Amino acid sequence: MSDERKIRILVAKPGLDGHDRGAKVIASAFRDAGFEVIYTGLHQTPEMIVAAAVQEDVDVVAMSVLSGAHMTLFPRVKKLLDEAGADQVLLTGGGIIPEDDVAELERRGIGRLFGPGTPTTTAIEYVNGWFAAQQTS
Amino acid sequence: MSTIERDVLGRAELGRLVERREEELAQLRARLAEWEESYDDTPRRDGPFTTISGREIAPLYTRVDRDGADEDEAVGLPGSYPFTRGPYATMYRTRLWTMRQFAGFASAEETNERYHYLLDHGQTGLSVAFDFPTLMGFDSDHPRSLGEVGVCGVAISSLADMERLFEGIPLDKVSVSMTINGPAVILFCFYVAAAEKQGIDPTVLRGTVQNDILKEYQAQHAWVFPPEPALRCIVDMFEWCSEHTPSYNPISISGYHIREAGSTAGEELAFTLRNAFEYVERGIARGLDVDSFAPRLSFFFDVHNDFFEEIAKLRAARRIWARGMKERYGATNPDSWRLRTHCQTAGVSLTAQQAENNIVRVAYQAMAAALGGTQSLHTNSMDETLSLPTEKAVRIALRTQQILAFESGVSNTIDPLAGSYFVESLTDELEREALALFDEIDALGGVVPGIEQGWFQQQIAGSAMRQQREVESGERVVVGVNHFLEGSEKIEIDTLKIDPEVERMQVARMSAMRAERDEATVASTLSALTGACRGEQNVVPYILDCARCYCTLFEIRAAMEEVFGSYKEPVFF
Amino acid sequence: MTAGRRAAGMVMTDAMADLLERFRDGQVPALARAISIVESERAGFQDLLHEVMARGPRAKRVGFTGPPGAGKSSLVAAAAATYRAAGEHIGVVAVDPTSPYSGGALLGDRIRMNDLATDAGIFIRSMATRGSLGGLATTTKEVADLMDGFGFDRLLVETVGVGQTELEITAAADTVVVVLVPESGDAIQAMKAGLMEIADVFVVNKADRPGSARLVKELRQALHLRAGSALKDIPAHHGVDLARIAKKEARNAAPPVSPADWAVPVLTTNALTQDGVPELLEAIDQHLTWLEHGGQLDVRRRDRARVRVRDVVARELSREAWKSEEVTAALDLGVDRISKGEETPYSVARGILASLLR
Repeated sequence: MSDERKIRILVAKPGLDGHDRGAKVIASAFRDAGFEVIYTGLHQTPEMIVAAAVQEDVDVVAMSVLSGAHMTLFPRVKKLLDEAGADQVLLTGGGIIPEDDVAELERRGIGRLFGPGTPTTTAIEYVNGWFAAQQTS
Repeated sequence: MSTIERDVLGRAELGRLVERREEELAQLRARLAEWEESYDDTPRRDGPFTTISGREIAPLYTRVDRDGADEDEAVGLPGSYPFTRGPYATMYRTRLWTMRQFAGFASAEETNERYHYLLDHGQTGLSVAFDFPTLMGFDSDHPRSLGEVGVCGVAISSLADMERLFEGIPLDKVSVSMTINGPAVILFCFYVAAAEKQGIDPTVLRGTVQNDILKEYQAQHAWVFPPEPALRCIVDMFEWCSEHTPSYNPISISGYHIREAGSTAGEELAFTLRNAFEYVERGIARGLDVDSFAPRLSFFFDVHNDFFEEIAKLRAARRIWARGMKERYGATNPDSWRLRTHCQTAGVSLTAQQAENNIVRVAYQAMAAALGGTQSLHTNSMDETLSLPTEKAVRIALRTQQILAFESGVSNTIDPLAGSYFVESLTDELEREALALFDEIDALGGVVPGIEQGWFQQQIAGSAMRQQREVESGERVVVGVNHFLEGSEKIEIDTLKIDPEVERMQVARMSAMRAERDEATVASTLSALTGACRGEQNVVPYILDCARCYCTLFEIRAAMEEVFGSYKEPVFF
Repeated sequence: MTAGRRAAGMVMTDAMADLLERFRDGQVPALARAISIVESERAGFQDLLHEVMARGPRAKRVGFTGPPGAGKSSLVAAAAATYRAAGEHIGVVAVDPTSPYSGGALLGDRIRMNDLATDAGIFIRSMATRGSLGGLATTTKEVADLMDGFGFDRLLVETVGVGQTELEITAAADTVVVVLVPESGDAIQAMKAGLMEIADVFVVNKADRPGSARLVKELRQALHLRAGSALKDIPAHHGVDLARIAKKEARNAAPPVSPADWAVPVLTTNALTQDGVPELLEAIDQHLTWLEHGGQLDVRRRDRARVRVRDVVARELSREAWKSEEVTAALDLGVDRISKGEETPYSVARGILASLLR
């Protein structure tokens, strides 16, 4: 009935690291690209992020991890999403993440992870592309 | 010659001088008009001719821009009011800046090894980076710490960890800076207790604890308690340190994080100085003599890409501080007027793309810090956008400072850019901008109401967004990121990874430590601390008692939180 | 299916039936998905609402409105925490504005409810206005109905707070709490904004700030004035009878009951320290008791039902109308004629309506 299907994205800042410049910039950029962005603030636990993702019925969870804890946080959120029946949700994100860790996380079912200096448009194109593929599949 | 005769002659002389000066200026203006004409007629490359903070820069600065400025009053000499040219009279002629690389990772032992390495390589001070759990007041074995123990800094959960961190390092000889804020008073007490264990009298301790909570609410976000109790603890530190650790800086008022979070240079300057004055006001409100604590207030600024703007920022900071302290807060000790600062090169300016280029960025920024007259400096490592810095990258960063200090010649003369039409104009402009921002903050009701209303956070996020747009549109060139790209870049920099084993070991060690200590003393010192928080006593001696009997960071935090409550992020951006 | 439902022309797809089953089973993801379907008015959303609303409204609905920065989210968070402590199951709908430029939105109200983020007894949903102007999203009422059908004891609905009059909240809530702060301005501005008509409870939040006592006093005077009791002894002033004006205003605003029956309280709170929050919740409960005992709850619910039916009919009529190619062709032609000065929008509309009604 409604032609326009808004993409809902949760932008989350997991862990104890308070550097939210990247998260805020990406949240604003997604808003400006027409997304509905749910921003949950700092210092989120994986449980909090997944509870919010489920209640908000988001299409995408994007996490910003600069603390080096990515190998703990991404798999943990992925596992909890799967357990909550939200396995169709795209888990993506960015931060200071070495290349081989990126590859390892992708093997574990996590979407693309973007490094520092990535233009926001690249992340937006990626999510749009993923969403379009979901709709047709 | 009589006095009157001399006076008449003097006045005539002065009149002639003024006349000559006006004449010269008029001639200069005429030539300048010609120059402007030819400038307008000549094709120019595309801009932007603005600083990274968006400040418009004129193509040419001359004496005309500084006409009417009183050089003595605004610039003066190094080591004297208003300290524009430097806090000390002889500056780097007496002592170079302290080369202080921020380091800390994994366990206390491994960080201790890195410290020994750095000291052996000529570093002259230590700087402790804590992991996120410690920064937020959580123990390594707390569930919220999962995955972050020892990852971005060293994990310190009790005096036992602090003792290991400084094993074999004489704390009476080396000055130590600790970057911690929310639970700063607790880590400070661990440090003092560790020194006591080495048999050192705390009065000889030199160093700095960051302890700047206001910028945490504004930018960095590692808080524990709400503003009012947090400010009380800071003033408690001022009071306690002025008596017990007189050579130790109980605070380092920091613009660094404000800038890294996205502010402009002017905002960094204004917010930092306004925060500093807030601490001063709090100390005065407690009934402390301003000159009893102001000389130990220290600063920490970012040094970003725009070379001259950064130099001018440091010069303006010294002048604003001196004038404020003397004229507004009535400090009479010149040490209270003297702004001393640490600087760090801008982490946000580094790129993951063509990461070796970061060495060059860091070198220019370091030079700006030296020309700006910093007292100590951390130079970032080229690989920080990829991982924690490796030993090789840290060494190059340190060598960058050594080349600057010993080969470039910038340390030979004091404040070499003074009198530059451009640098002096820029210094004046930054000062004016900061004073205007002070007025805005006052209109909000002050710093704490501004934080509660989210004003600082919004200003910073807005500036960050503007800079991001400039980079994404390509208007602001970032080499290797939006211009001068390389096709398929393969990053060939080794990265440092923290073994997850560190977390398991740290957790095991904590339970061993808990098993050994005297639980009855732990309980009684903690409850005495809660009582002190409820009353009006200075909390420092109580926390020190807790530290000495191996109460953990989180236990002490919880004992205080019972009275103080915890801070919640106030607003969205 | 019952005859009644068939008569309404409802047909369920398998996917929808499955969703409904999980919804009735109390599965949170099913509620979340149902909300998305209704919010985006995806195929079958009306059938879904029809099924879920069949058991009638049960939850207590409390709306929070007021200007930006008044601390609505903090009060909602404080209220939710207290209700949770008492064992109630709570649904929260928080509305934030959609950017008119990009169509996107930043929904940040969950931040203040982070303490409750993993509590299974609370469900928080953020909605973007998506072009609606009355302080709620177009489908906030329907989302509240879904939450009600899911079995929450109480629903807390928070409006956008972008500053305009947010009167729609009255259609979504039984009790409307209007939150102001000393900086919001004086009572005259509150009156102009229509807040006197919609408030069941006034709260002056951040009451530690200067000006709060004055605002409380002004609000009380203004409410007194509205109730008419303050004016009966005051002679007509400059030929104007204030009492008569007040009475007329009250009639025009037309709440189903005379406001005199419920004395709107003016309370003070400090959401950060929780000061005054228990008193606020007490007032909300008193209002609900008054609604129930005085039969006003039924009146309000009947009113809401009436408005809803009219809304659905209007929306469906409009949708049906523009589905016909004939009608859209008539519109295109009409626009041409308007631009040439041969017709006006009114004559074209009249023509289209006439053809529809034939």
